[in-house]
Amino acid sequence: MITRREVVLNYLVLGVFAVLALAPILGVVVTALTPADESSATFHLPSRLDFSNFATAWTEGHFSQYLRSSVIVTVITVAVSTVLSILAGYAFARKRFVGRTVLFYLVLVGLLVPFETYIIPLYYEMRSFGLTDTYASLILPQIAQSFSFGVFWMRTFFASVPPGLEEAARIDGASDRAVLWRVLVPVARPAIISMVMLTFMWTWNDFLLSLVMITSEDRRTAPLALSFFQGAHLTQYSLLAAAATIVALPLIVLYAFLQRYFIRGMLAGAIKG
Amino acid sequence: MVAVFLLYPLLDAAWISLYQWDGLSASTWVGLDNYAAALSDPELLNSFVHAGVLVFFYAILPLALALVLSAILQRGSRLRGIGVFQTLIFLPQVVAAVVIGVIWVSIYAPDGTLNAVLRVLGLHPVGRAWLGDFDTALPAIGLIGTWLEIGLCLVLLVTGIGQIPRELYDAARTDGAGAIREFFAVTLPSLRGSISVALTLTTLSALKTFDLVYVTTHGGPGTATSVPAFQVYNLAFNTGQVGMGTTVGIILTVLILIVTVLLRRIEPAEEV
Repeated sequence: MITRREVVLNYLVLGVFAVLALAPILGVVVTALTPADESSATFHLPSRLDFSNFATAWTEGHFSQYLRSSVIVTVITVAVSTVLSILAGYAFARKRFVGRTVLFYLVLVGLLVPFETYIIPLYYEMRSFGLTDTYASLILPQIAQSFSFGVFWMRTFFASVPPGLEEAARIDGASDRAVLWRVLVPVARPAIISMVMLTFMWTWNDFLLSLVMITSEDRRTAPLALSFFQGAHLTQYSLLAAAATIVALPLIVLYAFLQRYFIRGMLAGAIKG
Repeated sequence: MVAVFLLYPLLDAAWISLYQWDGLSASTWVGLDNYAAALSDPELLNSFVHAGVLVFFYAILPLALALVLSAILQRGSRLRGIGVFQTLIFLPQVVAAVVIGVIWVSIYAPDGTLNAVLRVLGLHPVGRAWLGDFDTALPAIGLIGTWLEIGLCLVLLVTGIGQIPRELYDAARTDGAGAIREFFAVTLPSLRGSISVALTLTTLSALKTFDLVYVTTHGGPGTATSVPAFQVYNLAFNTGQVGMGTTVGIILTVLILIVTVLLRRIEPAEEV
């Protein structure tokens, strides 16, 4: 029923928008590969491909160090919040306990309220704990926010699993723990991967929290470092582009392999962000 | 965990917003004065107006464009290779706002790609330092948002259209509806859920804009691109008006909550 003309038109529209979305990102990669002496703000094809900008950004620009900070913060945040979210999501979906509703609403507050609202008191609180300028000052609030989202996400999923699955396992004498980790978690794998991807992305891309909490240069996360790098190398476009590429690359690689989960997560439950 | 690092600071925020405090010396109780001052300070009010302008560029413009396109792409979700396009169009969503800011700063630069393109088209008199001009800085940031969000809107709508039962279209056609009538009678109402989600996501990201402004203009030139989230940061950590900064944060949050509730109402009731 779909005519040839319509097919062509559809591909054309999709193609144009794919190019529009991609062009600035590909442009920055090409700029990053442009030799420093040919670098300019205007996009142009370089006479040869030069990888030295990456080397300069990586060593002299200290991006190896910044990336390490980002990896530490992101991996710990994602690992802890994932385990906690699975446990709490299961509890909220299946168990009755005192204050369940109230607690759930409290968790939801975290889902709706952005860092911008409470970043100021959070900063003073961290300072009173003596935690400012540590990785903990990034990891702890990030876990709290990710957990809010994760609990909501996992509870929704666990609540949608037919109880029959669990009952069968219980008849076989499985404990609560076994039911959760051996029966439910394997079923929930796609949901868990989506959650991990979103949490990873939010934590990796965070800027405000690091900007406020981190003062030492060697603890800067990659996006924060990029903004400082931009201030220092305003017109060295190819070097700046190399640094920008380094910051964005880990997520783009992850996205390339797991885009299905990313997109599903963003479309289904991405209230936070 | 949530209690210590999220709820406590939140309550604390409400409390601090009632004080005049520079973060160091003793604070003075001023009750609701901060709120009164915030709501009558032209500079702060302007930052909320700017956020409103960004909502147009981040939410309304991309959604309108995506709706027009989705009318063309009505059966697009059944095309072969749709997944690849979807992946590409969605890509900007996963790139850090700081990186996006850096990319667009060079595009908008006086000797940047945009001005070069205009020169080729013979439009060089229009060329300027887009982010340094009082008239164009805010729309320039807004258009970055449009670029960023259109993919999200498009993917949401095309997915939504894929879920509309074919029979509805067949029925409309039997009744003699043309393509345009069909769009308004069938497609648009069936997309209410997708539209609500798209508007909520994009509006919230417009209201919360901070990274992009920080990286591209720092709120300038003057205060031409200052937005509430930037004010929160600037007041508290640069000019020492901690109480006032917190107040702006609370007002922003209330606004976000109201907008979320309102936009969710577009969604058809049975899906809630």
